[in-house]
Amino acid sequence: MNAMLILGATSDIARAISRAYAATGRTLILAAREPARLAPDLADLRIRGAADVRAVEFDVLDTAGHKAFLDSLGELPGTVVCVVGFMSDQARAETDFAAAELMMRSNYVGPAAILGEAANRMAARGSGTIIGISSVAGERGRAKNYVYGSAKAGFTAFLSGLRQRLALAKSPVRVITVIPGWVRTAMLEGTETPSLLTAEPAEVASAILKAEAGGSDRIYVRPVWRLVMALIRALPERVFKKLKF
Amino acid sequence: MRELSGWGRYPRAECRVIAGRGEAELRAVLAQNDSLIARGNGRSYGDSALNPAATLAMCHDDRLLDFDPATGRLTAEAGVMLADVIATFLPRGFFPPVTPGTKFVTLGGMIAADVHGKNHHRAGSFGDHVESLDLMLAGGGVVTCSASSNRDLFDATRGGMGLTGIILRATFRLIPVETAYIRQETLRARDLDETMELFERSRDWTYSVAWIDCLARNGGLGRSLLMRGEHAAAAELPDSRRATPFAVPAKGEKRVPLDLPACALNRWSVRAFNGVYYRRAGTGVALVDYDRFFYPLDAILDWNRLYGRQGLVQYQCVIPKDRSRAGLTALLERIARAGAGSFLSVLKLLGPGRGMLSFPLEGYTLALDFPASSASLDLLRELDAIVAAHGGRVYLAKDARLEAEALRHFYPGLEAFLSARKAADPAGRFASLQSRRLAL
Repeated sequence: MNAMLILGATSDIARAISRAYAATGRTLILAAREPARLAPDLADLRIRGAADVRAVEFDVLDTAGHKAFLDSLGELPGTVVCVVGFMSDQARAETDFAAAELMMRSNYVGPAAILGEAANRMAARGSGTIIGISSVAGERGRAKNYVYGSAKAGFTAFLSGLRQRLALAKSPVRVITVIPGWVRTAMLEGTETPSLLTAEPAEVASAILKAEAGGSDRIYVRPVWRLVMALIRALPERVFKKLKF
Repeated sequence: MRELSGWGRYPRAECRVIAGRGEAELRAVLAQNDSLIARGNGRSYGDSALNPAATLAMCHDDRLLDFDPATGRLTAEAGVMLADVIATFLPRGFFPPVTPGTKFVTLGGMIAADVHGKNHHRAGSFGDHVESLDLMLAGGGVVTCSASSNRDLFDATRGGMGLTGIILRATFRLIPVETAYIRQETLRARDLDETMELFERSRDWTYSVAWIDCLARNGGLGRSLLMRGEHAAAAELPDSRRATPFAVPAKGEKRVPLDLPACALNRWSVRAFNGVYYRRAGTGVALVDYDRFFYPLDAILDWNRLYGRQGLVQYQCVIPKDRSRAGLTALLERIARAGAGSFLSVLKLLGPGRGMLSFPLEGYTLALDFPASSASLDLLRELDAIVAAHGGRVYLAKDARLEAEALRHFYPGLEAFLSARKAADPAGRFASLQSRRLAL
């Protein structure tokens, strides 16, 4: 019941989250497309203190299979965190819609489908926590990555609506939106980002741990991002559209 | 391409950085690159983990694979950080058998540089504690090396600066401790003779190290503060801490927010600092937590920025014991005359070493840093000559400027290393800016 399901468990952020929760003695279920790749992680998480840990196969794009996937877990986990994320070349996505669609399905359609289903089951049970990792890219579309950003915007809006729906229904199920900002992960490899705005994966993990224990609905991993994004959102469109960043 | 450097921030080089995640990816990287070097957390000082063509970021392979609480034996991937090992196992009563002066190093880096710590005179180097390691060779195959299999490769890899292959995993034993504290005794020595005598008298202590005032001259030459320590037993802790012997008080981390101007560290500011530090330091016995004892500089993140944008060069040499007094006197006199010393000068008595490219040998090791200026580089060349004349050597993990010719004098085990390396990597595909400079 206290188990934590981590969707997209092979990413750098997911590894940091798994470790932080392992150290608290939680039971972990790592879900990934290629669970075999997680064999060393299972050993690692056990040594770090996880009560129990297993890896299961999960494909976020297979939305038709999501119900069966949750059924296959046996007991519904206490917490589901979705770390699934996929960014490919923006320029290619501008001309090749299949590439754009893959980003949209990976970052929005799939995550919304699985978290929506998990939330319904948690609401029926009367307990649970949903944690979605979204992105600052979803707060205002930019030329550089708007396909990815639009999918994250959809995901952020989905989480926000889901949270309100559950709150209005007086359900104790919580929905937490995590906006990491830049994180030193594979996705950022080869890109130089300002160190003040770039978090380590472990920071994302400890922010999530804190948000789950406390009462936050929506967190920025580094608080400075709250200010940065407020400024970016406040820019008038006629100014914003001419900015190169 | 990314501008990379070692911890000294000198030299810097544009390098193609490739993340290595798992054996399959590493093998693919090997298939696509003729020349590459593995890099851990970038804490070697100079250019040993820089290769412009391909520098492999190993920090992603950082999983703990096996741990036996009965023996303390740990098997872990090479990218595991020492800080992570301590955070995970100290609360369970285990500590690394050997630790360098920073915990922000990876296991792979510790093996490649064969790092030593304040207990070298008793415990040897980190490589001495490695029971076995898995190495990916240039052809992509993986071999397990230990005292009983692939012995030459095992010896060449421990201290081999990453030139034999990619270290994937290693097994070593943690030591049991009862607390997170060290009983530290600080003693003041007025000159070099007193300092060396104190080291001799501290042989039975697990840890010993001296901070040395390298700007003191004449009668005060070699004056130092010697710190020696033992892991504190639970019974030594005050009552208030006995229930939580592995908890240490939270400390704020400090950062050096920006590069200081190059002139901030000069002979006057350093001399003033050293004088105050020497006189003010409290002598006597104290219980200090492991962070303060082993990693005082880790509390100041990015302390390398104190040296400004030009960076620093660290110089660490060792002089065999029978010639240490003469060698250290000559070195300290030359450094004091140049007025170029740092406030981070450290002296330590090492135990016997293991050969090949591993640094330690029985004698006194001196480590200090200098701004990376042409005057410093000239001075270091003079120090090389003094070290060579006294049968010593310099440490490659700190090096950014040594010449190939000097290396041959310093390391009599070089030929053995080169033949082991040739057998493992005939085409010399594992290479760094340092290995090229040193014609390795």
